[in-house]
Amino acid sequence: MSQLKRYFLLISVMLFGAIQSFAADAKQRFPKPEFDSGYVQPFTTAPSPRFLLLQYFDVLVLLGVLSLVTWFVLKKRSRKGVFWTSVFSLLYFGFYREGCICSIGSIQNVVLGIFDPTYAIPLTALLFFLLPLIFTLFFGRTFCAGACPLGAIQDIVAIRPIELPKWIQKVLGLIPYLYLGLAVLYVATKSEFIICRYDPFVGLFRFDAPYNMLILGILFLAIGVFVARPYCRFFCPYGVLLGWMSKFSSHHMTITPAACIQCKLCSNSCPFGAIDEPVVETGKRRSNVNRLMTYFVLLPLWIGIGGFAGSMMHVPLSRFNQTVYLAEQIVEHPEVKNDPKNIDVRTFMSSGKSTEQLIQEADAIRRQFYWGGWILGGFMGVVIGTSLIGLSTFRKREDWEPNKTNCLSCARCMDYCPVKKE
Amino acid sequence: MSDKKEPKSIERRRFIRSGMQMALAVSLGGIAGVSLLKSTSKELVWQIDPFKCVQCGRCANECVMTPSAVKCVHAFDLCGYCDLCGGFLKPDPNARTTAAENQLCPTAAIKRRYIEEPYFEYIIEEDLCIGCAKCVAGCTSFGNGSLHLQVRHDRCKNCNECAIARVCPADAFQRVPADTPYLIKGGFTKGGSSKDQLKKG
Repeated sequence: MSQLKRYFLLISVMLFGAIQSFAADAKQRFPKPEFDSGYVQPFTTAPSPRFLLLQYFDVLVLLGVLSLVTWFVLKKRSRKGVFWTSVFSLLYFGFYREGCICSIGSIQNVVLGIFDPTYAIPLTALLFFLLPLIFTLFFGRTFCAGACPLGAIQDIVAIRPIELPKWIQKVLGLIPYLYLGLAVLYVATKSEFIICRYDPFVGLFRFDAPYNMLILGILFLAIGVFVARPYCRFFCPYGVLLGWMSKFSSHHMTITPAACIQCKLCSNSCPFGAIDEPVVETGKRRSNVNRLMTYFVLLPLWIGIGGFAGSMMHVPLSRFNQTVYLAEQIVEHPEVKNDPKNIDVRTFMSSGKSTEQLIQEADAIRRQFYWGGWILGGFMGVVIGTSLIGLSTFRKREDWEPNKTNCLSCARCMDYCPVKKE
Repeated sequence: MSDKKEPKSIERRRFIRSGMQMALAVSLGGIAGVSLLKSTSKELVWQIDPFKCVQCGRCANECVMTPSAVKCVHAFDLCGYCDLCGGFLKPDPNARTTAAENQLCPTAAIKRRYIEEPYFEYIIEEDLCIGCAKCVAGCTSFGNGSLHLQVRHDRCKNCNECAIARVCPADAFQRVPADTPYLIKGGFTKGGSSKDQLKKG
């Protein structure tokens, strides 16, 4: 009991004296002694972080790897070259740099730089974001083929790829858009970086991670033996941006170096289902056009439905924000205020902030989530609507061609092509 | 489209493609421009503001590293060299000795050394420290607060978003420029900025 009293006394002394005692060294509770024995005070060590120059060296390595892999894909047409470049990227960006920073995660730095006035984006992060996109805009997704450590680790384990039904690929292919939208939403509301938090491979790169994330990483690799590159195709949010760039790229790789001889040897070579077969128009032209028109008319409807659904989700979505969660806990379960084990509530109670203030802040964040939900849902509506339009538009194709959006430029198909350069 | 018109349609496709390519390039440039307005050529690293820290103990568990990259540091300038050290000894210790039963630190990471009557020096052995902040709480409540937590940059992986920062109840984690990577008390005062005068050893 006496101990408790002493605690209380000292804490109150500390509270009253806090400003004076820390404002200057002279007013410490226990002044620094004068030593007679010639004692020399040791230094407080401060080991430096990684040299800045090395961070820029990483950017240089990225630039080098991107150039090299692009050269291997477009000029040398060498799968072997692409593979060994990707192994190097895995070793360097993966196991040596331990996964941070990566281009996928840099999306969040860019978004935070735009939305958070107090955050200045490091130039290196911006370059990691931009360089692969610029390369992809001209040469296709060569970044995915050889520079991304997450892609490389999955590419190596893709031993027995099976072909997924087209409709499954289409449906799962919508997840990255949602993931990208959510990632932007959570960064824009200054809640958290979900791409980094749920990166399944960073734990493997570091040989150290929370148990469940390690399991997730191993699971992804195990699935990746049969479903080639599951994260890249069905989750990667950066892949969405790369896909947009790649679709309109001007020097995308081709399967054959000269004229296609229709031998069909390449048709089963792609483990990612990214080769489009030749098509001729089927069905009546009139009905096809009608269907296309219907989908165009439906597009605003999709946007509306998506936006409404997104805005309806804003309450559960906002719960992942720490401030909103804390406010919700205090409002709905006032008894937590007396729970000494609840660290967040205890810290808030001793911070001197009023509950009203907290609720006001949480309300403001929730409002951001409401409008963010509208935008996110609307975006998903556009994605679903345009992919339906894409399914019903007809484009005559005579040769086997890589699907520029989904093709990862891994160069596997080139090995199957018997045509030699003229 | 009939066969005769095919060259025209290919031309149209190319026009759309290069138009879209231009549009994407311009939007990339726009993002780059907006970001550059507020960019920094320095690298940012994570650090704990010792004056915001509430010693909740999460640093020990939430770091992606095991053991945590957050360690206790000792700002010797502030230390009172007390015999009855609130950071070293358990409350109401049997004796003021280095016996394990009297130590507050669960890993015995604080080394206590006799200097002269009645002063003792306390040094943190970082390899043993797990960043639990028990000693920090003790020193802050009973002493000068010379023991406090810092992210140690020889261990920190500098995650894009620090896993501890996400759950820090006091919002004590912040990104600081990598050339002044520590907020060590004494050099760093409440509300002020780091003078980084302790970065010598």
